Amino acid sequence: MTDIQTKVGEPVSDEMALVHAAKAGSLQAFEELVRRYDRNVFRIAQHITQNREDAEDVVQDAFLKAYQNLANFQENSKFYTWLVRIAVNEALMKLRRRRPGQMVSIDEDIQTEEDSVPRDVADWAPNPGQLFDQAELRDLLQKTIQGLPASFRTVFVLRDVEGLSTEETAAALGLSIPAVKSRLLRARLQLRDRLTKYFKVKNSGDGKR
Amino acid sequence: MNCKEFLKELTDYLDGVIDARTKSELEDHLTWCHDCYVVCNTTKMTIEIYRDSEVYELPTDLRSRLQSAIMTKCKDSKKPAAATDQPPSKDTP
Repeated sequence: MTDIQTKVGEPVSDEMALVHAAKAGSLQAFEELVRRYDRNVFRIAQHITQNREDAEDVVQDAFLKAYQNLANFQENSKFYTWLVRIAVNEALMKLRRRRPGQMVSIDEDIQTEEDSVPRDVADWAPNPGQLFDQAELRDLLQKTIQGLPASFRTVFVLRDVEGLSTEETAAALGLSIPAVKSRLLRARLQLRDRLTKYFKVKNSGDGKR
Repeated sequence: MNCKEFLKELTDYLDGVIDARTKSELEDHLTWCHDCYVVCNTTKMTIEIYRDSEVYELPTDLRSRLQSAIMTKCKDSKKPAAATDQPPSKDTP
């Protein structure tokens, strides 16, 4: 698993040296780990909670919890995978608190026969991102992913945005590998379907609605 | 291979974790099924566009504020016990 180069990937040995130093009491080493992963934890927290304030709390709570529990990190996985697991748990707790009437679980598996059947198979413009300015594109990507169930968007974000392997995602979420693969496929297909209305080739390439 | 079977293998195909025989069957399907070709291609673009986008980037000022808050909380909290003092335990928070 350690040969998977993640988007956040620094050499694992270097990361472990920091972890060892932090375990031995070096706050400076832990601060380096914070600097290395805070943007990733924030992104994951935002995707799950869909709320800026909650995401800020999750970043703080996750790193504090990681610091306090460093002795329990036995180094069978990357520090980052362990940290992601803490962050996902914190984010899900926030989401449950904010939506008490709603069941929010990473185990939820809403499946219908139709949800992996593409509805709109129109081809996209060659450079779809260029149909919109940066802010518009960011907004529509956020709006689109927010429409997915929490369990789908969490798997998509860990696998496809943060670059965790299937095995690391399964470990971070406490899911089986087939469950990760199944959610990932449906998340990818649903996002593709929803983005097609913005990006498809029509009216001389004007993808705006 | 039909379209349903193709879709089932799409994630492994896009991730490049598929055996040579299945890969060849998938690629054969792509040569004659335009719909699956489009779905495969646009799913790949979906992944790339999210990977390359700056969705939920952490603004610099907020980042500094969060880092200070985290380190203050860590300083105020008890130090983590040294690894050598701890018996092995599983990697769960």
